[in-house]
Amino acid sequence: MTIAPRPVDWKVGVASAPGVIHSSAAEVTPRPLPEKVRRRRKLQTTVSHLLLLAFALLFIAPMVFIVLSSLMSDSQVLSADFWPRPFQWGNYPDVWHTIPLGLYYWNTTQIAVMSTIGIVLSSIPVAYALARMRWKGRQVVFVIVLTTLMLPYQVTVVPLYVWFSKIHWIPSFKPLIVPNYLGDAFSIFLLRQFFMSVPEDLADAARVDGASHWQIMTRIMVPLSKSAIAAIALFQFLYNWNDFFGPLLFVGDNPKLWTLSIGLDAFRGQHHVEYNLIMAAAVMFMIPVIILFFLAQRVFIEGVTLTGSKE
Amino acid sequence: MIASLYWSFTKYNIPSSPKWVGLLNYKFMFTTDPFFWVAVRNTIWIIVVGLPVRILFGIVTALLLTRKRRGVNVYRTAYFLPTMAPVVAATLAFAYILNPEFGPVNVLLRKIGVQDPPLWFFSPQWSKPGLVLLGLWGVGDAMIIFLAGFLDVPRHLYEAADIEGANRWNKFRHVSLPMVSPVIFFEVVTGIIFGFQYFAQAYVVANVSSGGGIGDPQNSTLFYSVELYSQGFINFKMGYASAMAWVLLIITLLCTIAIIRGSRRWVHYQGGAFLR
Repeated sequence: MTIAPRPVDWKVGVASAPGVIHSSAAEVTPRPLPEKVRRRRKLQTTVSHLLLLAFALLFIAPMVFIVLSSLMSDSQVLSADFWPRPFQWGNYPDVWHTIPLGLYYWNTTQIAVMSTIGIVLSSIPVAYALARMRWKGRQVVFVIVLTTLMLPYQVTVVPLYVWFSKIHWIPSFKPLIVPNYLGDAFSIFLLRQFFMSVPEDLADAARVDGASHWQIMTRIMVPLSKSAIAAIALFQFLYNWNDFFGPLLFVGDNPKLWTLSIGLDAFRGQHHVEYNLIMAAAVMFMIPVIILFFLAQRVFIEGVTLTGSKE
Repeated sequence: MIASLYWSFTKYNIPSSPKWVGLLNYKFMFTTDPFFWVAVRNTIWIIVVGLPVRILFGIVTALLLTRKRRGVNVYRTAYFLPTMAPVVAATLAFAYILNPEFGPVNVLLRKIGVQDPPLWFFSPQWSKPGLVLLGLWGVGDAMIIFLAGFLDVPRHLYEAADIEGANRWNKFRHVSLPMVSPVIFFEVVTGIIFGFQYFAQAYVVANVSSGGGIGDPQNSTLFYSVELYSQGFINFKMGYASAMAWVLLIITLLCTIAIIRGSRRWVHYQGGAFLR
């Protein structure tokens, strides 16, 4: 399996653009296309633009509905209206004061940041050892990593839960953070593929100069793989930020430790029909990730392409 | 893992300690437990119906975004954006949007003359299709991988097809599709693995639905993972949950092997084989 790390230019668009002839009109005047062909092309473009637009509406509409309904009054949200009359901006401060949203933000951020740091720090050396060091059992370890990737988490979660409760880590953030410092199969796999693609001669040159594995890793591999590492950090941050099952299991019993996911679900439980407030809470939950998406759009898309399964 | 395997042969109700019961857990699971087979059926449904629909939709949207057009980046961002929404938030949003009475979807359906729009998460027949819609909204992750695949197809292959006089469909069917088949394969395998682990959406939706408990409405959202969670972490039957986890592992492995075997016929690798 080789993954060719190949940035897709998200901004410019298509990697293989149709052959554009660069010539001034003075030299060559292209033969005008027949009227029939031109008309058909125009029709095709129009149709596909309409399709694109229709799908875009389908994707965006739910977002718009969520935001609109979060600004409605209690009774209006339960009616067939689409447009808030009047706009009830007070819903947002209301939610903020009803539940300790600030605490949930802080808890979620702590878990997500600490987990991400752990995964990045622990996965880099393992990936390096799998990609660039010759040692006995290397292939076996790689296969084990791949297997864990496929292993349903349910298989490990029962013993983990029992063990964590025996050492009195439940409820606390520790079960959600500490295991990440032991590496993560997905990140190791992705980084290993990336390290494999770094030209061997760079490391060889460093080795001639007397560099150790540690130095090669930190001075050559890591700087060259910045984009892959950034992608992993982003994925893991998002995963931990959005996770529901883990926090439900490990901190569900103690409201002081709740994350946004758990808090939002519980908030829903207390406000069955006040959909305006629930939607306002949901919007506040979504905003940080959406800002993150726009900030890191490039890294993100490149990262997804990296995992793109060129097996 | 080993602990989990051992416990699967025990009766282990926290806080008491494990007691060896042999194959009793497995026997109970397959012959007596009424919920086990319901959970298996629901999980198979979401994989057999939900996954192909999602892959098809991912391919269609990716194809639309492949050509270089004015504003294509805006479209790509718009299509991908919902994928970023946290699962719990997205699920609650859909519970509102698909509310039978005042949700925008049914309001619209009534306006265009549908007399009895679906009850979505309030009916056992429509709850799973509702979850499929939720999956389609967040299709971005699959779409972006297909997009990368389509953009990767070498230009000269299409040119060769043009010379042969191929039309659009032929080019798609005989050039694009075989070239991205490894990507489709990847999506199928991960889709099945995640299908067996389908949890958060079902759990949240069941709470919002009529009934308002695990698996509601009427056990139609009782998926394998949900059942495992309720046995292990609500009833605290750790032995039974371990046994369920092991059955799950074996099913997943068998499915994956079967698909890898079957894939030789339809997956085309430029470089040669799946494993070097």
